[in-house]
Amino acid sequence: MFTIFMYIVAFSFLFLSYFMDKKKTLKALKKAWKSFENILPQFLSILVIIGIMLAVLSPEIISGLIGQKSGWLGMLIASLIGSITLIPGFVAFPLASALLKSGAGFMQIAVFISTLMMVGIVTIPVEIKYFGKKSDNTEK
Amino acid sequence: MKILINRYKYFLVLVAINIVINILFPSVGQKSLDITWANTVDMLSVIPPIFILLGLLDVWVQRETMIKLMGEKSGFLGVFIAFFLGSASAGPLYAAFPVAGVLLQKGSKFTNVLIFIGAWSTTKIPMLLFEASSMGWKFMITRFFINIPGIVLIALITENLLNEKEKKYIYDNTASLN
Repeated sequence: MFTIFMYIVAFSFLFLSYFMDKKKTLKALKKAWKSFENILPQFLSILVIIGIMLAVLSPEIISGLIGQKSGWLGMLIASLIGSITLIPGFVAFPLASALLKSGAGFMQIAVFISTLMMVGIVTIPVEIKYFGKKSDNTEK
Repeated sequence: MKILINRYKYFLVLVAINIVINILFPSVGQKSLDITWANTVDMLSVIPPIFILLGLLDVWVQRETMIKLMGEKSGFLGVFIAFFLGSASAGPLYAAFPVAGVLLQKGSKFTNVLIFIGAWSTTKIPMLLFEASSMGWKFMITRFFINIPGIVLIALITENLLNEKEKKYIYDNTASLN
């Protein structure tokens, strides 16, 4: 739904831009492709890592580690597992709700979700590429 | 060719690992491939408009305009725009970095770019709706309001920890990448 909206917005601007200045529009598209291609190797690596991780760590295994009674230790484990990689929200939330159903604690899941979307050890190379080492470490 | 292999070496190693898993534990390997494929399709369907907008932003928005909107003296407006741009986006966080690079190049304030990244990671509007439907409104709203000060705090701490030399390095770095 929202994706369709993004497409409509992007293509409206693109047509407007083309109408106003063809040369500039072509330059914009070249730039778009270059930026994408620049980051593609990291994109692909992250996708494979997420795939392997989710296949190995089943909801049962994770909720065993971060169950309702796991307390602070469970939250620590949740933040550690969550930090392994950045997982897009549309994967993270169904996973989180599956974990809740299989017995994970709410507090632990809140930590898990936040770190899942914000902190990613695996995605650090991408961040370092753009921001250098120090800003990356402090963001973590 | 050699450069190409070098750039994709981590990806190739990971694919090799997945193949090994596939041979040793076929069911786990297959599951991993399915998940990777589903995510790749998801990513490719979400990402094109982001990069088109990035390209258009780069070509059409003047540096002077960007400085006015998100630069050193943009104040509250800059923070607001940063939150808005980040929240109105779609796609995984790693797609935010190229956009952040362009914003920096155009003269945005460093803190605002960090806020933009923070917002992109946790207060994306489509994601909030999705979160509400799978976790409930109460969970979503609570997390939303707890995360906002967190985003600003992280941005300010990062900004203060970096000295001028390091910031210049980041600016130069994004210039060479974009």
